Amino acid sequence: MTDQALTTPQTSDWRYWFGEQRGTLLALAVFILMFAIYTGNHPAGFSADVVTTASNKGVLLALVAMAQTFVVLTAGIDLSVGFIFILCNCLASHIVVGTAIETALGVIGVLAAGLACGALNGAIVIYGRLQPIVTTIATGAAFYGLALLLREQPGGDVNEDLADFLTNQFPGGIPASAVSLLVVVLVIWVPFRKSMLGRVVYAVGSSEPAAFMSGLDIRRAKFVAYALGGLLASIGGLFITFVTYTGEASLANANTYTLNSIAAVVLGGVSLFGGKGSVVGAIFGALIFRTIGDLLFVFDLDPLWQPLFLGVVLLVSVCLGSFRLIRIRNRLDLFG
Amino acid sequence: MSNPLAHVPVLRRLDPAVLTAFGCIILLLLFGAMRNPNFLSPEYLLLQLQVGSFLAMVATGMMLVILLGQIDLSVPWIISVGGMMSTAAVGWGPWGATFAIPFGVLCGLIFGLVNGIGVAYLRVPSMIFTLGINAVAQGFMVVRTGGFAPQDMATASMHDLATGRLILGIPNPVWVWIIVGGATVFMLRRTVLGRAIYAIGNREIAAYLSGIRTQRVVLAVFAISGALAAFAGALIAGYSTKAYQGMGDAYLLPSIAAVVLGGTSILGGRGTYLGTVAGVILITLLQSILSVEQIPEAYRQLIFGAVIVAMLLLYGRGAKVAA
Repeated sequence: MTDQALTTPQTSDWRYWFGEQRGTLLALAVFILMFAIYTGNHPAGFSADVVTTASNKGVLLALVAMAQTFVVLTAGIDLSVGFIFILCNCLASHIVVGTAIETALGVIGVLAAGLACGALNGAIVIYGRLQPIVTTIATGAAFYGLALLLREQPGGDVNEDLADFLTNQFPGGIPASAVSLLVVVLVIWVPFRKSMLGRVVYAVGSSEPAAFMSGLDIRRAKFVAYALGGLLASIGGLFITFVTYTGEASLANANTYTLNSIAAVVLGGVSLFGGKGSVVGAIFGALIFRTIGDLLFVFDLDPLWQPLFLGVVLLVSVCLGSFRLIRIRNRLDLFG
Repeated sequence: MSNPLAHVPVLRRLDPAVLTAFGCIILLLLFGAMRNPNFLSPEYLLLQLQVGSFLAMVATGMMLVILLGQIDLSVPWIISVGGMMSTAAVGWGPWGATFAIPFGVLCGLIFGLVNGIGVAYLRVPSMIFTLGINAVAQGFMVVRTGGFAPQDMATASMHDLATGRLILGIPNPVWVWIIVGGATVFMLRRTVLGRAIYAIGNREIAAYLSGIRTQRVVLAVFAISGALAAFAGALIAGYSTKAYQGMGDAYLLPSIAAVVLGGTSILGGRGTYLGTVAGVILITLLQSILSVEQIPEAYRQLIFGAVIVAMLLLYGRGAKVAA
């Protein structure tokens, strides 16, 4: 098998492409439908301001969900992703300030910190041969400790020019945060997916022994996936700093973002068993999750009932995949 | 035999991981004793066991679930359900106070049953389904309390169960732990259910083909886990005299850590209850030392994470990938 065959899918085989992207396309369709209902019932209607606010909120979870996707694709799980997000938020509130050059260095510093956190997870999981779930529980606690060291009390500052630029609108009412998200996808995800490395990550997620037998460098691919996950979580941490102008070592936020990222990944059609789905699907999964909350607000549901409703919607949506059980002829396929 | 202890008859049956965990406990005790002579006093150690027994209830259920190769992330809010519903039962007539704890446990059992249905029959990955149940349980509690901290106080019997010392001066929760632990060991080693749990954890399809009704076993185990988490909630409510939202948040990660540090494989099918006991004591002592030393919260979290990774690197490593 040549490198060429691994990196370029057969463009003529659209059925194959559709089968692979089905989860992503479904998530996109559900999101468009829900967002249409939301803006249709919003007092201000489909205006640039409504879209920008929704985008700013959605992009935060979308970035963390993207981070989770990289790890989930390798059939792992990153329970520290919310803690990297919080740690980078606290770090950004210290160093993303001052002149343009200082701010740029600060942004690079935050991204490097996130990359380092992800790389640490990857190193322990791959070279230490520990299970991802317990490793990231432990490193998550450590990252939270670092975040507390940086910000015992909520506070800090951020370069407001940059923050406002990235959370406002571009000419034509296009939300800057959505454009940033698109840039992140184009700069990080697309090259990764097209590269040999990205292919190997999918192969590892589908079957690690098979990938190993094919002579692929599974350790390097997994390591890169974990490190990129950390990098994306740090972009999320930068963004929440731009939205809130402060840093806060909030345990509640860290837990919420970690758990919601898993929910978003599943809603976006990424398989928790690895090897199936894409970051784009996870983005729409995250946007769907956020829009559910906004819908409850628009329809004036009693705030007391909102957590219960959100939980039931989450539970029902993860059960939708169970319809495949009806088609199972052989009971042994249940355990497959 | 690769086990270096294989030639010592008594130690042969012990897992090296469990021995390492107990070794770490002794190291922690020595370290604590060097810092503070009172650390080894029976009073202090009994207090540690008392506090540890709450974690032990949760970890027992978590261990059974992990033995299946699944995970239960709904523990935090099922603990809160157990605490809040058992204290709430007091307000419902003369029978309320008597049946407070059973009622709380029943509520946890119901959530656990739903977990089991989702995982065993709907075949949803346990990580995501129990996460959903956690959100639903939280939703129910928010609706029930109206978003405020409930005023419900623990009953006298709950308080006694969690803090009293009925027999031999040993705290009651420690007796509860001994009873629950003994029952678990008996169940795992001497009953069909226990053997089925190990079989399913090794390979569910093989267990199914051997005639085990695997789905019922998974359902039962998740129900037990829910009931034990709720029971822990009732005990914690009794210990702190009231139930409150988020009372279970501090138990999810330590319970998983305790099970894994005790040598139970997170992939299922392998592990002993003795190991979980060691893991619970280890986590409790570690948390206690970190707080006795008055280390700031930030460093406590850092050390906690680093110690868990270090211990796992010592004996929890997986096999190399091979065909």
